Amino acid sequence: MNVLAIDTSTYVMGVAVLRDGQVAGEMVTHVKKNHSIRLMPAIRMVMEEADMKPEELDRIAVAEGPGSYTGVRIGVTTGKTMAWALGIPVVGVSSLEALAANGRYFDGLISPFIDARRGQVFTGLYRSRGGEVERVDEDRLILHEEWVTYVREKEEPVLFLSPDLLKHKELVGADAAINPADHLGRPSAIAFAGMKKEPGEAVHLFAPNYLRMAEAESKWLEAQKERE
Amino acid sequence: MGDDGMKINEELMILGIETSCDETSASVVRGGREILSNVVSSQIESHKRFGGVVPEIASRHHVEQVTYIIEQALREAEVTMDDVDAVAVTEGPGLVGALLVGVNAAKALAFAKGKPLIGVHHIAGHIYANHLVEELTFPLLSLVVSGGHTELVLMDEHGKYEILGETRDDAVGEAYDKVARTIGLPYPGGPHMDRLAHEGEASIELPRAWLEADSFDFSFSGLKSSVITTLHNAKQRGEEIPEETIAASFQASVIDVLVTKTMRAVEKHGVERLVLAGGVAANKGLRARISEVCEERGLKMTIPPLALCTDNAAMIAAAGSVMYEKGQFADDRLNAQPGLELER
Ligand SMILES: Nc1ncnc2c1ncn2[C@@H]1O[C@H](COP(=O)(O)OP(=O)(O)OP(=O)(O)O)[C@@H](O)[C@H]1O
Ligand SMILES: [Mg+2]
Repeated sequence: MNVLAIDTSTYVMGVAVLRDGQVAGEMVTHVKKNHSIRLMPAIRMVMEEADMKPEELDRIAVAEGPGSYTGVRIGVTTGKTMAWALGIPVVGVSSLEALAANGRYFDGLISPFIDARRGQVFTGLYRSRGGEVERVDEDRLILHEEWVTYVREKEEPVLFLSPDLLKHKELVGADAAINPADHLGRPSAIAFAGMKKEPGEAVHLFAPNYLRMAEAESKWLEAQKERE
Repeated sequence: MGDDGMKINEELMILGIETSCDETSASVVRGGREILSNVVSSQIESHKRFGGVVPEIASRHHVEQVTYIIEQALREAEVTMDDVDAVAVTEGPGLVGALLVGVNAAKALAFAKGKPLIGVHHIAGHIYANHLVEELTFPLLSLVVSGGHTELVLMDEHGKYEILGETRDDAVGEAYDKVARTIGLPYPGGPHMDRLAHEGEASIELPRAWLEADSFDFSFSGLKSSVITTLHNAKQRGEEIPEETIAASFQASVIDVLVTKTMRAVEKHGVERLVLAGGVAANKGLRARISEVCEERGLKMTIPPLALCTDNAAMIAAAGSVMYEKGQFADDRLNAQPGLELER
């Protein structure tokens, strides 16, 4: 299967191309630069270097969130529009699941997380089985402190992975992966996870998984409740 | 006179995409002027309860809708992407998150199908809505009146814009909406104000901001404050001013300033055509007054139908067609530009 994978959910930007299920090209940057400007040139470059024409693609896999709302929308919009134009399926992969894949040889619990401001993180719990990670606890938005306590209570070895590790070092300390590169999700992981998924819904319905309501909406709901 | 010599190929097929605010729209335009489809999905119902457009919610809607709306536009035009010569998209100004969806969809489409990409200025689009109605002839003056803009734009040829004057504070649509809110009308208040204005008498003398004698700039914030003060003072005296009277008096002041300044610019620059652009061009009072003075002076004039005054992708495709003929293409790095300038 020929797959294009896209990740713009955090400051990590990733593009990968699989040909016949093998990695033909992969690019990762971790800089505070604009995804909207850089994503399309990156896709063009990786595709060209891998000698992959758009019409040869069988599927597009996208990091569907959680992460930066705007970032996720750039990847999702690009992925779904390309898929629609080419008449191929688009599949969403959790950006946390893709990050968890970096712990695929770890024996224990894997907790990838992305900073969500005000002490909160987007996170979830995964475990590796035979070199592949599977989700054991839903992705969620939670106060980081509360989450770390909850995970440690399980009394199992745990591996924390995050592009925002520096901001959260105190809480996770020695349980964070040692190699800095392991804290950046790889787009090829999104491609492989996307390859195994059933492309269920129509391309038109493909949308980000924000894991959080728009602020105006939650405030409005709160105001409604108070009125009652 | 009139003709700047630029010909748009009659068979040129442009797909336009517009997502700068709260409308997701896609359109196919042939030969720069013929609308084959113009699909507009308005989110206004989703934003009403917040009393205005919420950017994050607008962006979320755009992502959900964008490919569906594009498909619909192609289907209604009875063409496929293979028939399309280029993709034109609004690159700015507007809400950055909203613009990003259109821009990235357009880039993805252009890349996947190997089509040229064109970045269009939203206000150029509003002006080119007129080209879909009647062939533009030059030099022309455009009075742009929308939710975010109030300006007088002079054009000597296709695709070239000179701003003679613009608002120094609120845009005219914004002023309408703010005054509407103070008298308790639902969002967006402009159309309600327009309707009420026709039911009332402009019996309250409200200020007109003429600014410096030779200035083509506008200012509406003083007018807005004056309405608020008038209402406040009346309330203190235990009087109640009917909302029809407020609306009619406010509208009289707005139209007086807009039309007077526009006609001064017409005279000074010796233009041969006047075109109206933007959502406030839907205003019945303004349309009537402008038509009247243009007729008196024998000045050619175009006012787009209501559906082409508000945000839509056909106007983007029309402006994009001219850019196509001029070879003004964008590359893969095209980005959303919330503060994009018209004169470039
Ligand atoms: N009949 C009317 N009379 C007065 N104002 C009106 C009328 N109809 C619409 N409007 C106003 O027009 C504005 C919307 O116009 P439009 O859709 O062109 O603005 P926008 O696209 O938000 O702004 P911009 O194009 O500058 O980014 C609103 O402020 C609305 O109240
Ligand atoms: Mg507009």
